[in-house]
Amino acid sequence: MNTPEQLRYTAEHEWLREESDATVTIGITDHAQAELGDIVYVELPAAGAEITRGDSFGVIESVKAASDLFAPVSGTVTAVNGDLESAPQQVNEDPYGAGWLIKLQPGRLADERAALLDAAGYRQLLP
Amino acid sequence: MVPFAGWSMPVQYTGIIAEHRAVRGAAGLFDVCHMGELDCTGPAAAACVARLTCAALERLAVGQARYAMILNQAGGIIDDVIVYRLGEERYRVVINAAHAAAVADHARAVAGDTSAALRDTSNELGLLAIQGPRAVAIVQAAATTEVASLGRYRCAPAEVAGVPVLVARTGYTGEDGFELFVAAEEAEKLWSRLLEAGAAAGLIPAGLGARDTLRLEAALPLYGNELSHRVSPLEVGLGRFVAKAGRYIGAAAIRRQRAEGVPRALAHLQLHGRAVARAGCAVTTAEGEPVGRVTSGSFGPWLERSLAMGLVARQHATVGGELAVVIRDRPHAATVVRRPFYQREDG
Repeated sequence: MNTPEQLRYTAEHEWLREESDATVTIGITDHAQAELGDIVYVELPAAGAEITRGDSFGVIESVKAASDLFAPVSGTVTAVNGDLESAPQQVNEDPYGAGWLIKLQPGRLADERAALLDAAGYRQLLP
Repeated sequence: MVPFAGWSMPVQYTGIIAEHRAVRGAAGLFDVCHMGELDCTGPAAAACVARLTCAALERLAVGQARYAMILNQAGGIIDDVIVYRLGEERYRVVINAAHAAAVADHARAVAGDTSAALRDTSNELGLLAIQGPRAVAIVQAAATTEVASLGRYRCAPAEVAGVPVLVARTGYTGEDGFELFVAAEEAEKLWSRLLEAGAAAGLIPAGLGARDTLRLEAALPLYGNELSHRVSPLEVGLGRFVAKAGRYIGAAAIRRQRAEGVPRALAHLQLHGRAVARAGCAVTTAEGEPVGRVTSGSFGPWLERSLAMGLVARQHATVGGELAVVIRDRPHAATVVRRPFYQREDG
């Protein structure tokens, strides 16, 4: 399983990348997409929505099942990946690239960062 | 692998969508050894099967098969089955795995009343399904006798890949193909030899996940979803598989339902968006009035649409009607379409 070093992770199999413009990009991990199987639908919040760490901010559906997406940090949604509406399989094909889900303007990153895992910490959770 | 009715079953090998597309475009091989088989024999065999199942079987010739249901006295469905006539006094009833023991007990009681011999051969027989536009050619190339000319819902003994089998032109995917009954101890050999023989033609193993999406696109009902002991065949569009006359269990209830009508019908729903309707989701009118429940729903990998079947109040099952499916507390618009969702071109 691919777990890039430069990303941060959660136990719920989301990844987070801090961008140079102080926003964060969020997606699901390679392990998560493999476990879910073929992804056919992604339901995401609209830009401008406020999300809170630990809360469900959307749903990802594979042929097999629907799974909640949990916010790794709190903040305001600044962008959603609209390509996934017509091409949700990008989450399977490129989970850390074209399969990104949302971008946030984080509100409490200084406090919340400590709860995130680094790549080595996340790898320990994987079977 | 997932546990299913006491069996350990593969949901997928390479991926549900890849397997689904392989079956529509080339061929897939399914291990369906979990299906149960009841063999009914003796001078009373015909009477026993005619009592047990609701199909019109008088004209079922040796080597012919028919889709049928086992009903309770109220006309509810105990199981849906395929009845094969293997000989003058020899029938095989293929039952679902989920309640196989209960169905076998019920069948034994019926056999006891008719003095036919009934044997549960589930553990002696394996069953492989090979389905898809190239399935017949793959099996023919591996067979020592002619099987490609076998008609739909016909069966014959044959030798395939060096293994004695009963070949049946049946399936559960909406594609052409065969189901192969094989001695349980030879099933693995047949599985690997077929995969090897069909690899060049694009044959791949396919799991339970693809089996479910394929049967949904073909609008084939699943016991436990569309069918249950509280659902009549007439409600789910299976009236054509129920004999007009006959002394099968449930016949009186079916006669009454035919005269009086049934309150529900199975609606085939094509959702406008991509959200997936799952079994249990509420079905409502476009205005939000509840009219029924989704019985099966998934993304149709070949049609690339979100599809569902739902049992609804009869007046709302009209083709062309607009309904909604409630997914995670939000209504998603859906159109009632003609069944099946998918039909192969030569089908």
